[in-house]
Amino acid sequence: MRYENDLRDRAAIVGIGATEFSKDSGRSELQLALECVSAALEDAGLEHSDVDGMVTFTMDNNPAVEVNRFLGGGHLTFFSRIHYGGGAACATVQQAAMAVATGVADTVVCYRAMNERSLNRFGTGIQDMQPEPTTASAHFGWYAPYGLLTPASWVAMVARRYMVEFGATSEDFGRVTVAARRFAATNPKAYFFDKPITLDDHQRSRFIVEPLRLLDCCMESDGGVAVVVTSLERARNLRCRPVRICAAAQGATNEQQMMTGFYADDITGLPEMGLVAKQLYATAGIGPEDVQAAIIYDHFTPFVLAQLEEFGFCGRGEAKDFVKDGHIDSGGSLPINPHGGQLGEAYIHGMNGIAEAVRQLRGKAVNQVDGAEHMVVTAGTGVPTSALLLGADG
Amino acid sequence: MATSKEEFEARLQEFVGLEIGAPEVGADLVNEPMIRHWCEVMEDRNPVYTDPAAAKDSVHGGIVAPPTMLQTWILDGFDMATPEKQPMNKQRELHAVFNEQGYTGVVATNCDQSYDRYLTPGEQVSGTTVIETISEEKATAIGIGYFIETRTTFRNQDGEQVGWMVFRVLKFKPSAQPAAAPAGDDGAPAAPVRLRAPRTHDNGWWWNKIDEGELHIQKCGECGVLRHPPRPMCGECRSIEWTSIISTGKGVINSYVIMHHPPIPGYGFPIACALIDLEEGTRIISNVVGCDLDEVHIGMKVSLSIENVDDEMKLPLFKPAQ
Ligand SMILES: [Zn+2]
Repeated sequence: MRYENDLRDRAAIVGIGATEFSKDSGRSELQLALECVSAALEDAGLEHSDVDGMVTFTMDNNPAVEVNRFLGGGHLTFFSRIHYGGGAACATVQQAAMAVATGVADTVVCYRAMNERSLNRFGTGIQDMQPEPTTASAHFGWYAPYGLLTPASWVAMVARRYMVEFGATSEDFGRVTVAARRFAATNPKAYFFDKPITLDDHQRSRFIVEPLRLLDCCMESDGGVAVVVTSLERARNLRCRPVRICAAAQGATNEQQMMTGFYADDITGLPEMGLVAKQLYATAGIGPEDVQAAIIYDHFTPFVLAQLEEFGFCGRGEAKDFVKDGHIDSGGSLPINPHGGQLGEAYIHGMNGIAEAVRQLRGKAVNQVDGAEHMVVTAGTGVPTSALLLGADG
Repeated sequence: MATSKEEFEARLQEFVGLEIGAPEVGADLVNEPMIRHWCEVMEDRNPVYTDPAAAKDSVHGGIVAPPTMLQTWILDGFDMATPEKQPMNKQRELHAVFNEQGYTGVVATNCDQSYDRYLTPGEQVSGTTVIETISEEKATAIGIGYFIETRTTFRNQDGEQVGWMVFRVLKFKPSAQPAAAPAGDDGAPAAPVRLRAPRTHDNGWWWNKIDEGELHIQKCGECGVLRHPPRPMCGECRSIEWTSIISTGKGVINSYVIMHHPPIPGYGFPIACALIDLEEGTRIISNVVGCDLDEVHIGMKVSLSIENVDDEMKLPLFKPAQ
């Protein structure tokens, strides 16, 4: 199988925009989308009439044509949506880069805007599953009658096996949250600004689905984030220091399912993320040793450990020690989620992580990682997924 | 433990007239910040509670506390949410007597309060609570039970009575969860039941076999490979021909979780969900029943038991192997 593709340095992220992050935005998802897209265009120094492409998640409730129309935009030559929940996050940028690289579009906006906390909480799972017998509903029918109904429960099943195989403990998961909340505590945009926690707080938090505790689960948020992608050549003439898309990839493997990949021989890994990692490194022509910081999708702490392993930042089963030794903290060898992640800043389905990587590679992040030249950014895990390898320019 | 109704009720009556414990003393003196917070939440905009100037010109001559805050001055704060942090007192002893006999439910039904005068910042409130009455057994919509009435007398730091409260709760035996049924003639709502598995052309036969009391595993009609969950085509040889075998129902737990939250109606959380490696080599998700949750572990041998979980649905469940 060929892992290298032709997307290296063809496109760049030139603008980022976001609303505030809250538990109740008090306005429509459509308004959140319009606010974040227009903020991203302003950041890029572009006009809404420059936009000719739009990408979002299948799960987003704001159709591209509506967002374009209400922005007062012009003609769109590219519009696309990506499936599989948070697994879509980095793929929005991949598709934008592909559109730009092929000349299908010049300026593509990727956005995700949701009242996920106040309108439609994902944490409640599939309780409202529709009874119509479709392929998707029949799939969840193997779990729903037994009560295995929530994202936390699907991750917990894998986490329990991981703990036994590698000797990981609940404390090992907790250290991921402690690190995220430490970063969030110094990020004024974070929902958990100024609210660090201790490992003891984690250990005292109640079980959601054993072995996962409340503080192993990311928050639920209202908010919107958008990024603007154009060609690297054009990016260099725009307002902000461009952030190069060194590589972008999606991945789904043969035993892939939507959160319930329980039938593979070994359920403790995230092979789809391993597939994505191989493509990123092959395309960008660099390896894990060339990455100074990372945004690791953190909806649930156990999968942060598995991703560190799949990307080769540490060996299989060694992520617990990698985290314990402080590598992921400020000043460590690989600070992760310096904005606080989805455990500390907000849960915007991974898009706020992409925006943070852009700030880091511009050198303008609130918790700036010194010497950040290349960053890995990942999307939702346990599902068909995606990731980016981004680089500072010039 | 066999306790006759007479013995039980006699035990209850021993509590009547008792003070539940030492007076409960407020953690804070009556104070303006708590008054302001309360008024904001209750949207009570009467300026005598929050505006010093307006209060000075009123009949009170200064800020006073809303009378309906009376009980808040002696509440426990966050510890209320953690029963194990609460010291034992006569009221909790009484509830324990009820719990032992299956009257585990509790619901507040009435609260009457009387205020002798307004409280002013700086006063310290304490409350003395007496178990005043326990009713005879009553049948209610939520189950049979007994009403308990307590009377709390509130005093300030000088022992002056400033108000009282009578609080009534029903301590009851929760009705057994009725079988799944649509709303009946009496209009009672149907009890929540577990979600059903939608039956498609690909999986309907498998669930039909469960209804008949058999756990099947799909088998390729061409190359013979076993597969679960069922699917229309063999991933090994692309054949769409298939048959099935009946599983022995013997398996080993590969992984498991204990479901706690959110408490989804119809399931009776906490329950154990497990990924089970069947003897035949396929895997299945199910519940582990018939043992304590803390006995469930990876590597545990389990065996099949197809059971009705409500009037309409059978599920293949697993129990510790004998
Ligand atoms: Zn076959």
